[in-house]
Amino acid sequence: MNPKLAQKIAFIILLLATILVIVPVGMIVVIIVVKGAPAINWEFLLAMPSKGMRAGGIFPAIVGTIYLVAATILFAIPVGVFSAIYLVEYARENLLTRMVKLAIINLAGVPSIVYGLFGLGLFVIFLGFGPSIIAGALTLAIMILPIIITTSKEALDSVPRSYREASLALGASKWQTIRHVVLPSALPGILTGIILGISRAAGETAPILFTVAAFYLPRLPRTMFDQVMVLPYHLFVVSTQIPNIKTEYTYATALVLVGIVLIANLAAIILRSKYRKKI
Amino acid sequence: MNIKFRRFSEFLIEKAIFLSGIISILFVVLIFAFLLKEGLALFKYVSVKDFIFGAEWYPISEPPKFGIISLIMGSVWVTAGAIIISVPIGIAAAIYISEIAPRKIRGILKSGIEMLAAIPSVVIGFIGITTLVPLVKNVFGLSTGLTALSGSIMLAFMAIPTIVSIAEDAFYSIPKRYKEAALALGATHWQTIWRVLIKAAFPGIVAASMLGIGRVIGETMAVMMITGNVAKIPNSIFDPVRTLTATIAAEMGEAVRGSDHYFALFAIGIVLFVITFLINLIADIYINRELK
Repeated sequence: MNPKLAQKIAFIILLLATILVIVPVGMIVVIIVVKGAPAINWEFLLAMPSKGMRAGGIFPAIVGTIYLVAATILFAIPVGVFSAIYLVEYARENLLTRMVKLAIINLAGVPSIVYGLFGLGLFVIFLGFGPSIIAGALTLAIMILPIIITTSKEALDSVPRSYREASLALGASKWQTIRHVVLPSALPGILTGIILGISRAAGETAPILFTVAAFYLPRLPRTMFDQVMVLPYHLFVVSTQIPNIKTEYTYATALVLVGIVLIANLAAIILRSKYRKKI
Repeated sequence: MNIKFRRFSEFLIEKAIFLSGIISILFVVLIFAFLLKEGLALFKYVSVKDFIFGAEWYPISEPPKFGIISLIMGSVWVTAGAIIISVPIGIAAAIYISEIAPRKIRGILKSGIEMLAAIPSVVIGFIGITTLVPLVKNVFGLSTGLTALSGSIMLAFMAIPTIVSIAEDAFYSIPKRYKEAALALGATHWQTIWRVLIKAAFPGIVAASMLGIGRVIGETMAVMMITGNVAKIPNSIFDPVRTLTATIAAEMGEAVRGSDHYFALFAIGIVLFVITFLINLIADIYINRELK
């Protein structure tokens, strides 16, 4: 075949494959927005569910998600950022560092339902927290650790060596240099990782099934040791466990969840692209 | 500030940094330890052979049967289907994005694929129920659309972002001179991609496919919602299936703590952990090979 023609055909096939991926993404978002938006109003967002979750709102699930994600991030940030600092500023090329990197890759690859089992075994039963915000948050925190470590590491790596040398030459200690020079310049990159972590934690269902999620609990949590309703699990419940439910209600729940997750992601993408331009 | 105090607090902070640095290792070990702690208890009642190869999964009948071969086959069918669909499409999209797309469109395409990666699995499952499942039912004239095929299509979709991003990295990291040499010899852009770049990126492509497989095997919510949840060895891709992950998610809620059913679900967790551990190890080896 004529090489020019072959190239044309090949490129068209590659383009079609790309379209095949991108178009459904857009379709999913459009379907959820179009079918969910009409049912969204203040009552839906701020009322308790009623009539076996067929009416009323999803307020406790929204609040539960916010509490859970906030607690998750609180646990994950210090450990994740410190871990990245260790890898970039302190670690040498040795077996231990190699093992740390392999462990991070593996944490990222562990199936989410296995995190659920682990959280059940360690936090709910062994440590006796019971199904609670704290048990769910600790489970999710370990799950999003690889995201925070990897993005923070990338951000720290991109801080020019000369910054550190200048600070050290002025007599600052290693930690002072990290604290006052390296971290501030890496901050936008680290924030990107944190937002991606939030988005992941807000959307996951499997790890919270046995560690925190309540099927139906029309009140707000009082302490870290309470169970809560959570948006992704609520969507699972209303779309598979409740017969004869109005479809707008389900789509609206999906819309709120997707809205939170995608807005967080969009923020991360914008933050990152601005930050990259600056460097 | 007092110098001694500063030295001491820095000492503490650096210790904390070191501990956080190696904590990932601790977590991997802890996860495996807890799966073993709760899962190995099953093998007081059931032999490993009967567990892995037993055909019947009746966890709450009397006496209970804990054979997971039908669940393994469920995972294998769904995963195989998803990989057959997602690897070619994912690699093709990666080539298009890294080699062909104009710079302006590249950013949009990459954000689109990142969006796909971000959509929660339960939302993908929900959309699967409402759109894909009826479609599969009507197109193939089945009694139900909740089949391995529906699961494969949805999971292929979920694996694609992983495959695209790893494969794209592989194409970017090919030295420029490979491409320039091929073009200088008079090869067309496509001939260069097909005969030179794909070969050079091959380890990365393998790693991308492996990580895609890992993503699919571990996926839980979407697969539980759209594959029909029937714990029987499937005869074809049009049968409903039950995967390893879905079994844990669907049954742990009802399993009595400390019962053999509860232990069996943890034992399935061990199987999943070992499979994904090996897959990630292989992918990591290929990624490092690519760097050399």
